[in-house]
Amino acid sequence: MTRLFRRLPPWLALLLPAIVILLVVVLVPLLLSLYSSFTPYRLTRPESLYKWIGEYNYVKVATDANFWMAFGRTVFLLTVALNLEMLLGLGLALLVNKVTWGQRGLRTIMMFPMMFSPILVGFQFKFIFNDNVGLVNNALQSLGITDQAIAWLVDGKLAMFSIIFAEVWMSTSVFAILILAGLFAIPRDPLEAAKVDGCTPWQSFRHISLPFLMPFIYIAMAIRSLDVARAYDIVQIMTNGGPARRTELLWTLIGRTGYVDAKMGLANAMGYISIFLAIFFTVYFFRKLNASRTALGYNA
Amino acid sequence: MDINQQHRLKKYGLKAAHLITLFVAMSIICLPGLWIVLNSFRPTVEIMAKPPIWIPEKLSFDHYRAMFGGVGEGGVPVVRYFMNSLIISVTSTIIAILIGIAGGYAFARYRFRGKSAIFVGFMVTRAVPGVALSLPLFIVFAKVGIIDTHFGLILAYVAMNVPFSIWLIDGFFRQVPRELAEAAEIDGCTRWQAFWKVEFPVAKAGIASAAIFAFLTSWNEYALASQLTRSVFSKTMPVGLLDFTSEFTINWGGMCALAVLMIIPALILTFIVQKHLISGLTFGGIKG
Repeated sequence: MTRLFRRLPPWLALLLPAIVILLVVVLVPLLLSLYSSFTPYRLTRPESLYKWIGEYNYVKVATDANFWMAFGRTVFLLTVALNLEMLLGLGLALLVNKVTWGQRGLRTIMMFPMMFSPILVGFQFKFIFNDNVGLVNNALQSLGITDQAIAWLVDGKLAMFSIIFAEVWMSTSVFAILILAGLFAIPRDPLEAAKVDGCTPWQSFRHISLPFLMPFIYIAMAIRSLDVARAYDIVQIMTNGGPARRTELLWTLIGRTGYVDAKMGLANAMGYISIFLAIFFTVYFFRKLNASRTALGYNA
Repeated sequence: MDINQQHRLKKYGLKAAHLITLFVAMSIICLPGLWIVLNSFRPTVEIMAKPPIWIPEKLSFDHYRAMFGGVGEGGVPVVRYFMNSLIISVTSTIIAILIGIAGGYAFARYRFRGKSAIFVGFMVTRAVPGVALSLPLFIVFAKVGIIDTHFGLILAYVAMNVPFSIWLIDGFFRQVPRELAEAAEIDGCTRWQAFWKVEFPVAKAGIASAAIFAFLTSWNEYALASQLTRSVFSKTMPVGLLDFTSEFTINWGGMCALAVLMIIPALILTFIVQKHLISGLTFGGIKG
């Protein structure tokens, strides 16, 4: 055993523990779930694991309107949330970057939402958007803007808005922090040269700062893409997919099908589709990251 | 109005706008958290009051007392949950960081075929949504009999934290100049000695922040924990939060108190780690 270990190239020996644990805890279970997605497996009937039904589950998923609605909603949520997070993060970073006094403190406050557990964020905003005792309704009523309680989490559209608000609140800081790091690293010379040559602030931002910031934005995107399914915790707590499936996402649907309805096979088929969605996001942003790195000439 | 005055006015206007926007942004970031802290000290009557009571009339530790009290008094086994969270997070962090040091060092110092493919492959395993992974893990763990144990959750969290730790630690080792270790080897150190005596001390602070980050990830995780734990023997605090909910009502005050208990360690650790975390991520990402 030891001799075998020594004969491996050093890099492989060093990577081996990581490979082993990822194989055992992620890859093998995923293969099992791939298999079980071809069976009618139910938790209540273990013997159903050995019955092969081919692509039946996938056909069932593909023709299920609820599934496609959830799929569309997930993509919608991710698109809106990620874009908002990026824009707000950029704005926040620029605001903080201009501050000359107390910047360190502001940076710490900015990181505040990052340390909140997603499930805590869910409960927090469930409380804040609560129609009866929530902060938002209390404030609106005390200010006399409305005299009725607005049912933030009961109306479908408002519930989606509340969820996106919570998601953006939680994750904007990832972008803000990394973009701020990028702003610190921008070389001063080109900016000053541009000023001397008569560029407007917008022009020098658009043509000098922004291209320089792109790799940092892509790092933030790549980090976020590793964790896109965090929104599951928030949605699970705030609305649990309700009202009447108006905020049902792929992940809550999988959880419900697998654990509440106990249809593991079917849930695994859905799970695979969500996994491919996540892998697509991750690979896409890592490639973007590589490309922008090469463009900046950082290829070591 | 002369042009000088106009310019000055514009300058002050911009400055005021900047400060106001900054203030609003920071309030939106802070208020939700402060709202939770405030409500953990308010009696339930005041939380539920209609019309709302804005200025707290009475602050008390009732929710905290109830939480640490017996199960019969509406208490929740918080101490157990806290210990479970602590044991699971600390153990999984230590293991993940050891594996991460080995892996990160390999990525930072060796050249081999398919390096970037392996790297992205690692990252992809991290991207698998928790719910989707929890289904097969639940089946496997149930078969092996490690559901509702610390061991099972630790195993899952190690796998969850390894890819990201490798990314961070890789970044920190890259910041250590290669020449340092080479010089030590020329002076007669073995590669192993060169690593422990030269490279590791330089990257130590960075590795510590990778550890804190891994700790926070396990500390805050819910999707896997909610399925792989069943009872007080292994439930972690994020899952414990649900104990304050019942079919139709939620004990907001009690929940806020547990939330505060959860945030405090995270707050302290994040404060310590903030500087290194950013540099690790950007170095690992930019100068790949």
